[in-house]
Amino acid sequence: MDLTLNHYLVLSAFLFTVGVVGIFVNRKNIIVILMAIELILLSVNINLIAFSVFLGTITGQVFAMLVLTVAAAEAAVGLAILVVFFRQRGDISVEAIDQMKG
Amino acid sequence: MEVIAFWILAVIVGASAICVISARNPVHSVLWLIFAFFTSAALLVLIGAEFIAMLLVVVYVGAVAVLFLFVVMMLDVDFVELKQGTLRYWPLALIIGLAFFAQIALVSFASEAEAVRPQPSPGAETNAEAIGQVLYTDYVLLFQTAGIILLIAMIGAIVLTLRARPHVKRQDIAKQTARRRKDATDLVDVEPGRGI
Repeated sequence: MDLTLNHYLVLSAFLFTVGVVGIFVNRKNIIVILMAIELILLSVNINLIAFSVFLGTITGQVFAMLVLTVAAAEAAVGLAILVVFFRQRGDISVEAIDQMKG
Repeated sequence: MEVIAFWILAVIVGASAICVISARNPVHSVLWLIFAFFTSAALLVLIGAEFIAMLLVVVYVGAVAVLFLFVVMMLDVDFVELKQGTLRYWPLALIIGLAFFAQIALVSFASEAEAVRPQPSPGAETNAEAIGQVLYTDYVLLFQTAGIILLIAMIGAIVLTLRARPHVKRQDIAKQTARRRKDATDLVDVEPGRGI
C-alpha cells in the first residue's frame, strides 16, 4: 500500500475539524481561538501542498506560501488588537468584546 | 514503510492538535501548537515538499508561536476563570465536529485514489529550485503583494499598540539645536545700589 492523496486529505480534514471544535469549545478564551484558527490554516496548507505534490504542479506550494504570509500577518494584527483590548479592560473576555464598537 | 511513518506522524499531529484546544493552560496550548507544526513539517518532508516544510518551521515556530508565547505570558489573565463553564460546550461541539468530519472524509474516502507517484518538484532538480522558477516569474505579482500585506500588518500592529503617554519628557534634538543665545539669556545692566 502506497502513500496516496487521500491519506493527506483525511489528515487535513481532521485538523480542520479540530480547529472548528476548538473555536466552539473555547468560547471565552480568545487566545486559544486564535490558535485554533492557526490550526485551520495549517490544515488548508497541508491540503494545498498534498494536491500540488500528487498532481505534479508546483502552483499549490506557491499558494501555500501566500497562506503562510497571511496567517503570520493575521496573527500579528490579532494579537496587537488583543493587547490593546487587555490594556483598556484588564481582561480578555470575548463577551465584552463588542464594547470595541466605536 | 512510508505509510507507517505517515500514520505515526499523523496520529501525533492529531493528538497534539486536540491538546491545543483542550489544554488547561494557554502556555501549554502554545507548546502543543509548536509540536503540531513541527510534526506537520515532517509530514511534508515525507512527500518531498521540503521548502514549505522548512518555511513552516521558520515562520510558525520561529515567529508566530513565539509571538503567541510572548502575548500569553505578558497578559496577566486569570485563565482558571476563563476556563469555567466551557464543559457545557463540549457535547454540541463534538456533534458538530463529527458531522463536519464525516462530511469531508466521506468525499475523500468515496473518491478512488490511485497511487500516483509524488512529484514535489516538477521540471527541476530540487523542490526549492522548482518553486523559485515560478515564484519570481509567473507569480511575481503575488509575491510582491505578499510583501505589501506583511508591511501593512507590521504598520498596523505598531500603530495599534503604540501608546502616547502625556507626561513623559523626551529629548527633541531639533528644538535643542534651534535654540539661540538670545532666547535663553537676558543681559541686564544693573545700576549700583538699585537692583533690578
